[in-house]
Amino acid sequence: MTSVVAGAAAVYSLRIADDCLVLSHRLAQWSSWAPTLEDDIALTNIALDLLGQARAMYARTAELDGTGRSEDDYAFMRDEREFVNCLLVEQENGDFAKTIVRQLLCSTYQLALWQALTTSTDEQIAAIAAKAVKESAYHRDHATDWTLRLGDGTDESHRRMESALATLWPFTIELFEQDAVTREVRELRVGPDPDDLRAAWDAYITRVLGDATLAVPGTSWKPTGGREGLHTEAFGYMLAEMQHLHRSFPGVTW
Amino acid sequence: MSAETPAPLWEVFIRSKRGLSHNHVGSLHAPDAEIALRDARDVYTRRMEGVSIWVVPSAAITASSPDEKDSFFDPAGDKPYRHPTFYAIPKEVQQL
Repeated sequence: MTSVVAGAAAVYSLRIADDCLVLSHRLAQWSSWAPTLEDDIALTNIALDLLGQARAMYARTAELDGTGRSEDDYAFMRDEREFVNCLLVEQENGDFAKTIVRQLLCSTYQLALWQALTTSTDEQIAAIAAKAVKESAYHRDHATDWTLRLGDGTDESHRRMESALATLWPFTIELFEQDAVTREVRELRVGPDPDDLRAAWDAYITRVLGDATLAVPGTSWKPTGGREGLHTEAFGYMLAEMQHLHRSFPGVTW
Repeated sequence: MSAETPAPLWEVFIRSKRGLSHNHVGSLHAPDAEIALRDARDVYTRRMEGVSIWVVPSAAITASSPDEKDSFFDPAGDKPYRHPTFYAIPKEVQQL
């Protein structure tokens, strides 16, 4: 029983870490490409926050799964099928509108999650969450500000936001999926009930999209599989780029 | 946002943790005041430089002209008696 329990917490912790790392890397890909210098540094600041969250959660995962792996082992030495991030975070940056929509959807989820995790019975996760809440609150506010301006901006910006929303919306279903792992950690009070997160997420997103004159898309298809290691095509390319240096020069430092 | 029409320019002022006044630290482009404030946070307070930020439209600043430098500033150059360096400052005075 104990080993099953420890296993669920480790997988849960790894999912959160992978979400943070992959989203961080996607944002880091904007470095030197953002529409303005100001947003270049804003997006990479958020990327760095997320990288810090990922590192803390990898360190906790290594204790929970008993492997003692390093943060680099998790980030650079696993293959695509071993990553258990959700599909939303790995979606390509696209234009600035798509990146902002992805960030709004992700940060709203992450803020609700970190808030819930501050009362986790896993004291280390609770401590990581307490720090992460402030960071994710800023990420959400940043994405909200831009959503309002682009959604309720020019015809062009509105059209691009609508298109981004239509592309990314189906991937949000997966954020709140339940499986043996989420049920187990909820039982242990390590993690929250995904349904509770969904309620908070729905309320906020609906309000912001409304204020931004954007319609909440209807449900079309429900892509899933990220938590099982089944990813979208773009993810493999991202990983190859992210891991190339570490794998070509193992243990390299600079 | 586009490169063709840059967003308005804003001047950024930051008050450091131990400072009493906001100091000019630089400028940035942003479409409005809220975004300017957010950008200023990201661009100028990454290393814990401040606890308060002001942003001011650059267009709202009236500046002295370099051409008037002589008439503006030189007359103060030979009046050292305006510096209160001849007084001992009572130690009760915290900020001067």
